[in-house]
Amino acid sequence: MVMGSLQEETEVAIIGGGPGGYVAALRAADLGKEVTLIEERDKLGGVCLLEGCIPSKALINAVEVIESARRARDFGVTFSGLNVDLAALRQWCRSVVEGLARGVAHLLQRRGVEVVRGRARFESANLLAIEGGEVGAVKFRHCIIATGSRVQPLPHASDLPLWSSTEALQLPEIPGRLLVVGGGYIGLEIGQVYAGLGSKVTVVEAYPQLLPGADYDLVEVVVNHCREHCFEALLLESRVLAVEKSAAGFTATIEYQGETRTGEYDQVLVAVGRRPNTDTIGLEHTKIVPDKRGFIAVSPEGRTVEPHIYAIGDVTPGPMLAHKASREGKVVAEVIAEHRSAFDNRAIPAVVYTDPEIAWAGLTEREAKAEGIRVKVGKFPLRALGRARTLGRTEGFAKVISDPVSGFVLGVAMVAPHASELIAEATLALELGASLEDLLVTIHPHPTLSEAILEAAEVAAGTPVHVPAKGET
Amino acid sequence: MFEFRLPDLGEGIHEGEIIKWHVQVGDVVKADDPLVDVETDKAAVTIPSPVGGRIVRLGGNVGDTLTVGGVIAVIDDTATEARGAPKAAPPKPLVAESAPGKPAERPVPAAPATRRLARELGVDLRRVSPTGPGGRVTPEDVRRFAEGGRALAPAAPPEPARPAPPQPPAEPERAETEALGRAATAIPYLDLAPLPDFAQWGPVARQPLRSIRRKVAYKMVTSKILVPHVAHMDEADVTLLEEFRHRENERRRGQAGAHLTLLAFVIKAVTAGLRATPSFNASLDPFKDEIIYKKYYNIGIAVDTGRGLVVPVIRDTDRKSIVAISSAIEDLAKRARDGTIEVSELQGGTFTITNVGPIGGTALIPAINYPEVAILGMGRVQEKPVVREGQIVIRKMLPLTLSFDHRVADGADAARFVSEMVRELSDPNLLLLET
Repeated sequence: MVMGSLQEETEVAIIGGGPGGYVAALRAADLGKEVTLIEERDKLGGVCLLEGCIPSKALINAVEVIESARRARDFGVTFSGLNVDLAALRQWCRSVVEGLARGVAHLLQRRGVEVVRGRARFESANLLAIEGGEVGAVKFRHCIIATGSRVQPLPHASDLPLWSSTEALQLPEIPGRLLVVGGGYIGLEIGQVYAGLGSKVTVVEAYPQLLPGADYDLVEVVVNHCREHCFEALLLESRVLAVEKSAAGFTATIEYQGETRTGEYDQVLVAVGRRPNTDTIGLEHTKIVPDKRGFIAVSPEGRTVEPHIYAIGDVTPGPMLAHKASREGKVVAEVIAEHRSAFDNRAIPAVVYTDPEIAWAGLTEREAKAEGIRVKVGKFPLRALGRARTLGRTEGFAKVISDPVSGFVLGVAMVAPHASELIAEATLALELGASLEDLLVTIHPHPTLSEAILEAAEVAAGTPVHVPAKGET
Repeated sequence: MFEFRLPDLGEGIHEGEIIKWHVQVGDVVKADDPLVDVETDKAAVTIPSPVGGRIVRLGGNVGDTLTVGGVIAVIDDTATEARGAPKAAPPKPLVAESAPGKPAERPVPAAPATRRLARELGVDLRRVSPTGPGGRVTPEDVRRFAEGGRALAPAAPPEPARPAPPQPPAEPERAETEALGRAATAIPYLDLAPLPDFAQWGPVARQPLRSIRRKVAYKMVTSKILVPHVAHMDEADVTLLEEFRHRENERRRGQAGAHLTLLAFVIKAVTAGLRATPSFNASLDPFKDEIIYKKYYNIGIAVDTGRGLVVPVIRDTDRKSIVAISSAIEDLAKRARDGTIEVSELQGGTFTITNVGPIGGTALIPAINYPEVAILGMGRVQEKPVVREGQIVIRKMLPLTLSFDHRVADGADAARFVSEMVRELSDPNLLLLET
């Protein structure tokens, strides 16, 4: 690797230009700090923008249109010959990604953030060595580690040309038979995309449930939909023991509920998890020691054990979500500017862009049970909701989890179309310390899916309107 | 469902700290069963349950502060299911109540902006009395707390939510709290900057500021900031007094009745002094611009309980003999250390004496026990060479320091007061004749 000879000095050095790093850079620059952002890729935006959130949602949008077209038959709208021009779709996704990446670069440039291309490693607690660019080293007063995470490969098949989310989202081809290893949100979302584009998709998950962190009642709705409409097979409590190259593609040996079987697949998508990028950034030259899973512990202000070095996003414990990274980025920028800021958010929403979508924020029923917390849960099924009927999408529900005595809202979850958009209200309610009364007094527009949250709150409060009360049938 | 709220515990006590729970969620109690021990103003009170029933929720954890009117516990006192139709439970498949467990340990309900304000002002949200709907802490609550406005804002229970359009708070109230905020922070050179992270220089251990220690912190800051302290120091020749006292203690050994302490004699001398100089047996009311002279004499004695300082009060020292006073000292000190002293026994003092002599020290400058006007500090009796009629003799000398409130009394008054005391302590016969 060529190292440039230029050494620079800066006030705030940020390693990584993803949703954590670039947001921190913009906020720090606005607060008057001199900021240098170091990014190893040739485009900004991180995994989220370049090979994660954005391309996946662009593809999901396209597949949603295909699905809507198919469903439209129910309301008398038919198409003949629905075509998918893969090259055009690929090109469109790429243009979305590139447009956004250019936008981030533009924002940083106009705010006076210096962007340095290269790979940063700590030489000491005050100096970063940069490889692969024109700048050789950056001396800093404060540093923010925002290096994100990477895909974990299948340990026994790491040398095979299997797909990770990165490759799959580039849409190289539509495999006839696709094996998805891992039933978390990445595997499910991408699996559904390829199923929608024509692949026969099999999902293998080690846990007894898809989306292991989510409440089962939410997952059940999606599973039922998947079984009927998209996946060829959903294998739970199963693991992929081996993958080998074969003439057609790959042969996978799968242990399915105790039995071993093999299957032939044109392509295999590995979505078994991600690990933080903290092992190759030279942390051994600082006092920072990641834990055994690679995460860096931080205080609520985002500080590591080195008081002038901060960490945000996927390298810190907690859900690996872009919006968490962005919030942490703002907090850390404010802390560096000596504001009394801290990450004291009460809820981080989680969203799964399956069909139908799942979203939740706050306490889940699973967590309440595990911690022995007493809760009251109000559920409202979409089939009782006017808007859902007008959309022809009545599978799904909303639920509100509350404290039985005080009525405070502890958590909200939904499985419904557009759940990703609707959960923001719940997150706000949790941040404000809202009670059921606050939710059900607030006028929600009619007819919308957002009314499901209001109705679920009514149920939890004991005053249901659009579902039967106790004693009625 | 019965919500048991903390009753008024006695004169001017707004809150208490939870020391110990006698019940857990799920327990079934009878009326009058002990529910919780709450510490108020340096004494612990056991609060019994007013009803029988099942404990549904506890109002806080050990160490939390309960304000008068706040919920201590929620008790399900329904004997049968029928409690009123409006409370009918929703249909089973849609509503589930999980098995009895602990209440959710929620963070204090407060909007993000309020939380940020609390951080900036260094306020712990858990200590703020909320006035927002549903017990939410508002930014005004935080500001009021930061300005130390506890004396101004009574612990009012939150108002029930009304479907009225949101109105800004009444202007005069806002102006008042803002004005106070300016006053409170307009002290020149006052620097309330946050503390550094001490752990960066070495290991530290942390302990929450609780109970008596915390109350003393409040009292001392108030006393030292509000009262202009001046100290007058002197020494009393207690050689004769000590001879008398030791002889009497020898004589009374084995008999019922207390061992006589030097403090008892000092209390008698102080009482006589207070009668002669009423300024030191008074309180200044800054709200009404009045000095309140008390015609009764209740002397508080500072006792180190091991958990902190408490000041039990010996009432009507002008009407008690030295023997009776000595007996009262022994009894109150013992019960203060046990924690069995009553709240009422810590109240009503007009003057305080703090005696560190038994432990050691040549002199001290004590802090006035606000809202009293003066406090007497006793050091250790020491044999010292002093000059009497041109000769050096060895005498037992007792160091005395009177700290007093210069708003109410002047140095000359203090000098006269202390000189009188010194004179009376110099000869036990004078105590007999003149007090």
